[in-house]
Amino acid sequence: MSATTQPALTPVKDNKVAARLGSRRRRTDVIIRMLSLAATAVGLVFLASILITLFVKGFGAMNLAVFTEVTKPPGSEGGLLNAIVGSLIQVALATLIGTPIGMLVGTYLAEYARGSRFGDVVRFVSDILLSAPSILIGLFVYQLLVLPFGGFSGWAGVAALAIIIIPIVVRTTEDMLSLVPNTLREAVIGLGAPKWKMIVLVSWRSAISGIITGVLLGIARIAGETAPLLFTSLGNNAWSTNLSAPMPSLPITIYSYAGSPFQDWIELAWAGALLITLAVLLLNIGARSLLGRGK
Amino acid sequence: MSDQATTSARPSLGTIQARSGAALNEAKLAIKGLDFFYGAHKALKGIGLDIPARQVTGMIGPSGCGKSTLLRVLNRMYSLYPGQRAEGQVLLDGENVIADGVDLNALRSKIGMVFQKPTPFPMTIYENIAFGVRLHEQLSKAQMDERVEWALTRAALWSEAKDRLNTSAMGMSGGQQQRLCIARTIAVRPEVILFDEPTSALDPISTLKIEELIDELKRDFTIAIVTHNMQQAARCADQVAFFYLGELIEVAPAGQLFTAPKHPKTQEYITGRFG
Repeated sequence: MSATTQPALTPVKDNKVAARLGSRRRRTDVIIRMLSLAATAVGLVFLASILITLFVKGFGAMNLAVFTEVTKPPGSEGGLLNAIVGSLIQVALATLIGTPIGMLVGTYLAEYARGSRFGDVVRFVSDILLSAPSILIGLFVYQLLVLPFGGFSGWAGVAALAIIIIPIVVRTTEDMLSLVPNTLREAVIGLGAPKWKMIVLVSWRSAISGIITGVLLGIARIAGETAPLLFTSLGNNAWSTNLSAPMPSLPITIYSYAGSPFQDWIELAWAGALLITLAVLLLNIGARSLLGRGK
Repeated sequence: MSDQATTSARPSLGTIQARSGAALNEAKLAIKGLDFFYGAHKALKGIGLDIPARQVTGMIGPSGCGKSTLLRVLNRMYSLYPGQRAEGQVLLDGENVIADGVDLNALRSKIGMVFQKPTPFPMTIYENIAFGVRLHEQLSKAQMDERVEWALTRAALWSEAKDRLNTSAMGMSGGQQQRLCIARTIAVRPEVILFDEPTSALDPISTLKIEELIDELKRDFTIAIVTHNMQQAARCADQVAFFYLGELIEVAPAGQLFTAPKHPKTQEYITGRFG
């Protein structure tokens, strides 16, 4: 605007310039939108083709024997029963061990160590663990539990999976607890409650649906882990619930069967892959609905 | 304190109608030479104040004057936060509550607190009240039922809550939640109740109910209330303390402080010239 004697109420617009700028903006808009759509399409095409292949081949290979028979030599009617049970046992135990540890560490960070130097260090280390390649964790447990005790074992697999789930639970627990308002904490303390009671009865209670969500997502993550199991529970083609011996699991079975030259093994690998995917899908849906209900 | 002996008959200041003061009772809480620090920042400077038993002490002053800080010293709420510390004396029936080694849980059962925002716990109405009681007493189911009814009745909430004791407290209105918080506090049977701006998040009708409640509660409890609302202080308080920049500028019976303040700062504040 100019400081002339008669300032116009609305500045005069040069319509030609406006039209030129406008059409350029529209062009840019169209180009950006096309690029975004193309990128989305590429992503979706790959995801869809993976899922469609998985569902077609997986359902094609699915039959009752998958759930009733153990893995057998190629050519004989085998199933995945031992791998399914082995995975369930290892994932369940890892969750049972990792969840309380992760919850307590997250609680320590949120309730006791806020703003403390040591807390910052613990949080940093936990976050690094969260993004550490899982094969490193497998090698770590191999050094710690497999070599000294003379062999691969279910317990070693459990330990590796527990180490992976801990930082996930730590993070969600801390995040969820930090959403609990301080006024609520003070209200409990103001009644004369000791701090641990405040944490158990009010902080955890307020944050529980978020924490369970984190645990479910953690389970989804460790259910599909293969690399850390290669060095720990190894896999087992026979029925085995002995945690001190090598233990079968779905990811390991998929890994070894998918690379085999035998058609029936490859089909079982597809069935196993479908099972894991469905389980992870269900866990994610469960986690989402739980979080949605908590809000 | 010499100011406290005087009383005056129904004085008024504009629309502020202060209660006619009976004489102030003996001190339940005696604050002497109290300094308070947030880290290096000194937030309270040499506070000396008597809080009379079974009467209401109103604390007023502009934001940041230290009135809420003082309230949080009285029940040691500040002890939750590292870096906050108090020096001096706060005597509850002669015992210094800010000394080291005081049992904080026992102290807080004697000095209850109601907060600015209603803070119902995520449990049923019944459990909200029983929670605090269980921390300090072991009651049978029948005794607990009785205590819950007593507390809700005293908080003027029984008629609204009696049919929904086992529903979540989160479903109540803001005013009901605040009365629930009062019920929860008195259920522990404290001797002193601290109110930290208890009506600032409430509508006028709920505010009125809470004020009536405070008036009713002072028969049994010693009450200190922090408020931004001078009318509220005038309506509720027997004694009013005016704070400014971390100092106690003036304390007097409500009638006197609102009609004949001695300090020019008090005069300026109550006539709305600042704050």
